[in-house]
Amino acid sequence: MVRPLGFLVGLGFITALIFAIFTTPLKNEPNAAYSFVKHPRHLELASDGLMPHWDLAQLQRGMQVYKEVCSACHSLNLVAFRNIQDLGYTEGQVKTFAKGFQVPSINPDTGEPATRDGLPSDYFPAPYANDVAARAANNNALPPDLSLITKAREGGKDYVYSLLTGYQNPPANLPKELRPGTGLHYNPYFPNLNLAMAKPLSDGQVTYADGTKATVDQMAKDVTAFLVWTAEPKLVKRVQVGWAVIGFLLIFTVLTYLSYRNIWADKKH
Amino acid sequence: MSFPWAKQYEPQQPLMKWLDEKLPLPRLVYNAIGAGYPVPRNLNYFWNFGVLAGAALVIQIVTGIVLAMHYAANAGVAFNSVEHIMRDVNAGWFIRYAHMNGASMFFIVVYLHIFRGLYYGSYKAPREMVWLLGVVIFLLMMATAFMGYVLPWGQMSFWGAQVITGFFSAIPIVGEPIRQWLLGGFAPDNAALNRFFSLHYLLPFVIAGVIILHIWALHIPGSNNPTGIEVKDEQDTVPFHPYYTAKDGFGVGVFLLVFAALTFFTPNLLGHADNYIPANPLSTPAHIVPEWYFWPFYAILRAFTFNFLWIDAKLWGVIAMFAAIALLFFLPWLDSSPVKSSTYRPLYRIFFWVLVADVVLLAICGKMPAEQPWVILSQIGSIYYFAHFLIILPIVSRIERPLPMPNSITEAVLAKHADDKSAATA
Amino acid sequence: MASETESSAGIEDGVRRRDFINIAAVSFAGVGAVAVVLPLVNQMNPSADVLALSSTEIDISAIGEGQAIKTSWRKQPVFVRNLTAAEIAEANSVPMSDLREPQTLAERTKPGKENWLITLGVCTHLGCVPLGAAEGENRGDFGGYFCPCHGSHYDTAARIRKGPAPTNLVVPPYEFTSDTVVTIG
Repeated sequence: MVRPLGFLVGLGFITALIFAIFTTPLKNEPNAAYSFVKHPRHLELASDGLMPHWDLAQLQRGMQVYKEVCSACHSLNLVAFRNIQDLGYTEGQVKTFAKGFQVPSINPDTGEPATRDGLPSDYFPAPYANDVAARAANNNALPPDLSLITKAREGGKDYVYSLLTGYQNPPANLPKELRPGTGLHYNPYFPNLNLAMAKPLSDGQVTYADGTKATVDQMAKDVTAFLVWTAEPKLVKRVQVGWAVIGFLLIFTVLTYLSYRNIWADKKH
Repeated sequence: MSFPWAKQYEPQQPLMKWLDEKLPLPRLVYNAIGAGYPVPRNLNYFWNFGVLAGAALVIQIVTGIVLAMHYAANAGVAFNSVEHIMRDVNAGWFIRYAHMNGASMFFIVVYLHIFRGLYYGSYKAPREMVWLLGVVIFLLMMATAFMGYVLPWGQMSFWGAQVITGFFSAIPIVGEPIRQWLLGGFAPDNAALNRFFSLHYLLPFVIAGVIILHIWALHIPGSNNPTGIEVKDEQDTVPFHPYYTAKDGFGVGVFLLVFAALTFFTPNLLGHADNYIPANPLSTPAHIVPEWYFWPFYAILRAFTFNFLWIDAKLWGVIAMFAAIALLFFLPWLDSSPVKSSTYRPLYRIFFWVLVADVVLLAICGKMPAEQPWVILSQIGSIYYFAHFLIILPIVSRIERPLPMPNSITEAVLAKHADDKSAATA
Repeated sequence: MASETESSAGIEDGVRRRDFINIAAVSFAGVGAVAVVLPLVNQMNPSADVLALSSTEIDISAIGEGQAIKTSWRKQPVFVRNLTAAEIAEANSVPMSDLREPQTLAERTKPGKENWLITLGVCTHLGCVPLGAAEGENRGDFGGYFCPCHGSHYDTAARIRKGPAPTNLVVPPYEFTSDTVVTIG
């Protein structure tokens, strides 16, 4: 009974699928943008690979770029001032750094919204009070929070680095409908080709304390390295612990294999 | 257990004797996974995956209970509470990544376990009940994994919940009310997140319960083996402990090595970048993809693009996707061949490997965007999937002429060793 | 005979080596299990963000003589009291032998700032919040704090004098960062 019924059900599905095959066009809708989008360029960082470490000087430079450039529009909601001790700052430096920020608070006497000096336990304050304010100030485009950006985009750090360095004039053969409209900027690394963010970096925009030359490429690398850290502050520790675990498990696995061979030594199987 | 030569539990110490009289739990364990369970001596490494699936469930339950101590199931804070675990909770990143990749490991070993059963005919009499309970476990796992993926409340969580609950709206008339009932609203939000969390915590324990039934049902006929020939006498078996406990120990070692490599070195390999963006009901990701273990079924769902008869394409897809899993319940009766192992089924063996290739093809199609050539490939893949189980298998089991089989497991083992020896001398 | 002893010795040797490897494998599993339990236990300890809140700054400039405020440190109430001269004199006049936990007022305050009594507002009996910090609350038989849960009376130096509490109200670690700002923790 099962088999004849199954046969009929199977034929039903197969007929529906055969009709589907013959009614679905074999050609995709042409997507002109696709041929202009570029694959992100690879960015090599100290935190890459199986032997990662943090390049603290680079992370500090990157944080400077974030603070002086990106933070005008982008929040960094998941990072607290106390976290930047990981970047090689002392407790005192963190306190001073935090004090340089005004964080939202309330007036203790009136209860009105107010601001106060930042404490190490505070988080980087957002540039806009809410999404509506952020959109209103940015031509209806919402600048995303950057805390997780290198994990939240296809292509990760390579994408962020390529986007920051990828602003250029539209190619001559770019069709009219793909050309940037008002308030949009051409960037072949952006999936839509045109994004609301204007070219954020220009040579010499920040002055590095360590004397590194602040080229666009250098700043893009530094801020991307910093954003890799903000996305996963435990990355280096994770890989280091990983090696210890793998080492232990290798010995364990060899021992269990020997034990297995021993126990089975007198049994043919 | 039924084999008369199974070792009997004999407690030595007075305490164990006392316990055996009052609550014979040690006896139960001894007979289930101890020396009291005789197992065919010729099991290969593919028989490790049952124990590994159990290990994966334990890992998921332990890490999950710990995560629940820090997670907040509220649409406003869920995303940040997961990041709180990743950044501030002691060893939180390890526990969260272990849970995330543990789900993938669970599905990897379960898929291998299922295909082992398909290749060696473990679903056939007298083990139909073992297979049926296994399919129930598989369904529960899929439900649990889906709801777990919603909890971080990222973009893929939200839109996954939207799409999956959307299946129900394909049902005529009652569909939309059912969807609203499932979500507790008109779109995934707090109510849905909270109930998914509740059920995500509950279902693993239901799975554990069904696993006990699965093992119980297995112990009635005893384990299958690569020859598919039933155990005839004591020579054919070895006690589970220490023989298979030792072998499973080695299996656990290899399993943990793979698991650790994933968790510590590429924890986000099997995830999706969009799930690190907080859920936004106003913006759909460019391309919604479920977790990899759902890809083959997602491909079947999307393969139906034509309103056929009085059923529209969407409903066809939903029915077909559920049917793709539900037909597994009928597998023991679709395949009528008395021979279990593919070793002695030359024709079935070919179709088995075609099925493996087909499921891999469907998985790739499920991952890819709904564009050509993936649409037509998923349609062809789906045709083979249904044809394999519902048409080819019943026909093959009729027309196939099995290869000559040994008389017993022991005979097969000795023949193999004789071959090895003659090969070595030659 | 000789061959028999030889073979039995061989078996014995084999058994021992086999046991060693099995024991080693099982012990490794045990060590691994313990190593995994450690993070699973440690995760219940206070997390980094909770620890980061472990110091609180308090502005005491607005607290007049004889007044007290209730603030919070590590999510626990803290009493900050500006003692009057009479309260200081009363605290200093109590003989040590009358005290359940003998401590002078000087030991419970900072040198030169004896009028600032800073204690946790957590009764050392079972953790209720004692009364007496706010204006008009019952300050107990000894003019300090009074815990309404089980009737513990604290004196003007917040030392236990009567009732079930075993010890004085706890003085948290703190420092005067300036004349008007105290950092607790």
